[in-house]
Amino acid sequence: MSLDFSTGDPRFAVDRPALIARLSVVLPADALLTVEEDLRPYECDGLTAYRCLPSLVALPENEAQVRAILRICHELRVPVVPRGTATGLSGGATPHPDAVVVSMARLKKILRVDPFSRTAVVQPGVRNLAVSEAAAPYGLYYAPDPSSQIACTIGGNVAENSGGVHCLKYGLTVHNVLRVRGLTIDGESVEFGSAALDAAGYDLLALINGSEGLLTLLTEVTVRLTPKPPLAQVVIASFADVRRAGEAVARIIAAGIIPAGLEMMDKKAIHAVEPYVKAGYNLDAEAILLCESDGTPEEVAEEIVRVVEVLDNSGASEIRVSQSEVERLRFWAGRKAAFPAVGRVTPDYLCMDGTIPRKRLADMLEAIEALSRKYALRCANVFHAGDGNLHPLIMYDANQAGELERAVAFGAEILELSVRFGGTITGEHGVGLEKIDLMAEQFASGEIAAFHRLKAAFDEDGLLNPGKGVPTLARCREYTLARAGTAPVTFVAPKS
Amino acid sequence: METHLADFIKDTAEGREADAILRACVHCGFCNATCPTFQLLGDELDGPRGRIYLIKQLLEGRPVSEKTQCHLDRCLSCRSCETTCPSGVNYYRLLVIGRGLVEQRVPRSLAARATRLLLTEAVPRRWIFAPSVRVGRLLRACLPAKLAEKVPDIVTAKPWPRPAAHRRRMIVLAGCVQSTLTPNTNAAAARVLDRLGIALFEAPGAGCCGAMRHHLHAKAPALDDIRRVIDAWWPHLENGVEGVVMTASGCGAHVRDYGVLLRHDPAYAEKAARIAAMTRDVSEVLASEQEALSRLLRESGTDRAGRRVAFHSPCTLQHWQQIRGVVEGLLAAAGYRIVPIADAHLCCGSAGSYSISQPLLARQLRDNKLAAMTASAPDVLVTANVGCQTHLQSGGTTPVRHWIELIDERLNGVC
Repeated sequence: MSLDFSTGDPRFAVDRPALIARLSVVLPADALLTVEEDLRPYECDGLTAYRCLPSLVALPENEAQVRAILRICHELRVPVVPRGTATGLSGGATPHPDAVVVSMARLKKILRVDPFSRTAVVQPGVRNLAVSEAAAPYGLYYAPDPSSQIACTIGGNVAENSGGVHCLKYGLTVHNVLRVRGLTIDGESVEFGSAALDAAGYDLLALINGSEGLLTLLTEVTVRLTPKPPLAQVVIASFADVRRAGEAVARIIAAGIIPAGLEMMDKKAIHAVEPYVKAGYNLDAEAILLCESDGTPEEVAEEIVRVVEVLDNSGASEIRVSQSEVERLRFWAGRKAAFPAVGRVTPDYLCMDGTIPRKRLADMLEAIEALSRKYALRCANVFHAGDGNLHPLIMYDANQAGELERAVAFGAEILELSVRFGGTITGEHGVGLEKIDLMAEQFASGEIAAFHRLKAAFDEDGLLNPGKGVPTLARCREYTLARAGTAPVTFVAPKS
Repeated sequence: METHLADFIKDTAEGREADAILRACVHCGFCNATCPTFQLLGDELDGPRGRIYLIKQLLEGRPVSEKTQCHLDRCLSCRSCETTCPSGVNYYRLLVIGRGLVEQRVPRSLAARATRLLLTEAVPRRWIFAPSVRVGRLLRACLPAKLAEKVPDIVTAKPWPRPAAHRRRMIVLAGCVQSTLTPNTNAAAARVLDRLGIALFEAPGAGCCGAMRHHLHAKAPALDDIRRVIDAWWPHLENGVEGVVMTASGCGAHVRDYGVLLRHDPAYAEKAARIAAMTRDVSEVLASEQEALSRLLRESGTDRAGRRVAFHSPCTLQHWQQIRGVVEGLLAAAGYRIVPIADAHLCCGSAGSYSISQPLLARQLRDNKLAAMTASAPDVLVTANVGCQTHLQSGGTTPVRHWIELIDERLNGVC
């Protein structure tokens, strides 16, 4: 199966031999991939259900090469798909058939760590965890911690405005980036934000965070570093039913507590993870909550007492508090490895990313259970419960005809329900290709048109990451008609 | 991952195994983060996830060229990716299947074939390797620098303990290159175990464990190596010898795989499985004697604040055998101070014959590893495998030793 790009998506007339000739002048031989054997492994990111062979792959190693690539592509009207290490789950780095995929993985220098201003200046291909490792000798770290932090890049984090388990207290990527430097599609340098907390004019830095590679190609990012709290402890609470667990989340927040992390896993997720990680999760529980407290030992001790009290009153069947750093990391290890660990119990999965008001968590879990029966597909649930961000993992087998299509429809229903519950179709993974049709569920056509005008201000010809993030108005109409029952539903779905 | 294996392989045992491995991969990309070659080259094709994709294309019947061969050749087989993989993908097994198929389909240059012949035929034979090293030492001054650094210095072993009437006896593998390049390793292990009341001996005729030929895809000769080792050891194991001790983690990882490698040989399958189960790394053997060892260390009177040691854990120890923290624990118990080294999970570039087949990458990895090991100016550099030891030694002036030699020195009062 591969992506069908024929339904109203932008296509480009590219003179490939001329493009290769031009790029070969500015790139070394090992930095330009042109034959299918080499290109195929670049056909998808972490969302493997969506695949498309790129026209070319470029592997620049410095900003000058990136600029040269962009200038050539702009001049020849060739689309560009930026790519970090391709761990994303919404298809943000899925190639376009006419595009040059520009991999930023070789721009991985940590340019500066400044312990006094608590900032680090890094190239976009630096791994999220590598920033924290470089800051560790100064007692600092980079707070946003997506589960893929071992592998995902800062450039990708900015593009998707990534979150993580500690974002409830420390904010998403947008709250931890001070300045970005990048190149527009015509190769012009641009800089947004500064070392100061505010800048004149519109806050374009916030616009770049989460822009999914549609506006600029990043070449340098200044991130804020956070002092490592002297102590962190995590409480694990087991619940015999998910409704109680969902209510406990709402109660913790209502009690005025802002935990460093507040996560929930349901039984299927616990059972997928435990045999591999041996985190010590309660296999009899219908759901577990992980609630972290960090700060000075006194702050932690006080907060833990309050958290335990709320959990106890919420009907937790078992409550445990980590007694050492080793134990705390073990308790988290299961949550961090949850997605790929589900790969142990199913050949394929779709990881959804909706956000709902916390008080609807239990309703949503019950709805997902019903949908799981309707589509005859298993679904494990992992939530950033504290901020109402859902990650249902819909399990399917791509080798079985029809399962992927069912999984896609299942996921779409969850996201539609998220909007109806007063939430959104994405919490931290981005829209990418995966949720592009559902943008019409979230936004009216006037709003979509405004997004297009914004895009045109940066990239008039629509060359940067075409077909992602914001749907064409034609696609929105198609979607709306389909949902009204007057046309068949065709999501940007992989077709046989 | 969706798979459509081609007719030529899908109904074979190998095809079914490969399909199951491919389908376990969810393409999360965590593996690339701890892959030494992806870290150096930054190309999807030079990380495990990309290599899995290349092998998938091959198994699905797409054309394969020297491009795929090059990226598979660049893999160190360090298996760091498997330690990282949360989905339990058996990458190395898939790589072996993929490399085997590429070997059949993509011819190699004459020079490459000659190098391989030399590696599979000369290195595992002590009677060729040892005199060659001696000649190399004589000619070192005349060799180009890159070749000269590969010729190791002369190392002499301190004497083995005098044969004692210990009730407990264990076999140690003499090995192919170790007895020439680092002969003191087995001698030191023998002296340490002697103090613990265990007699260690090398069974004559065992020769090379077969790892070198196995990794160069010389399938039949590699299995013959294993059979020869089994024949040399078996009478002793039947005769009250309690187990096999490995002092080179590379050989140890291979011997522990004997049962799997010979599972289809009815004459040897059972013996191979039993030997694999009786084999332990010398660190595991010492750890199981920790109490007696601690007493000896106290009695030796050298239990004072120790020297600072940087330990490079070979991939065959930490990733292949999943033995982590054991050597560090033994050294700490012996009074040494272990200094942390950055990126301790990364390969040093030795990786069997990799330093010969991929010299550029091997040098980069070696220099990075040495920089990490010496960053906090330790007094001693140690490792646990002859390949890593000589490879690291070739890049610096500080001696690189086997950690067992440090335990030996403490027990003998030398510090």
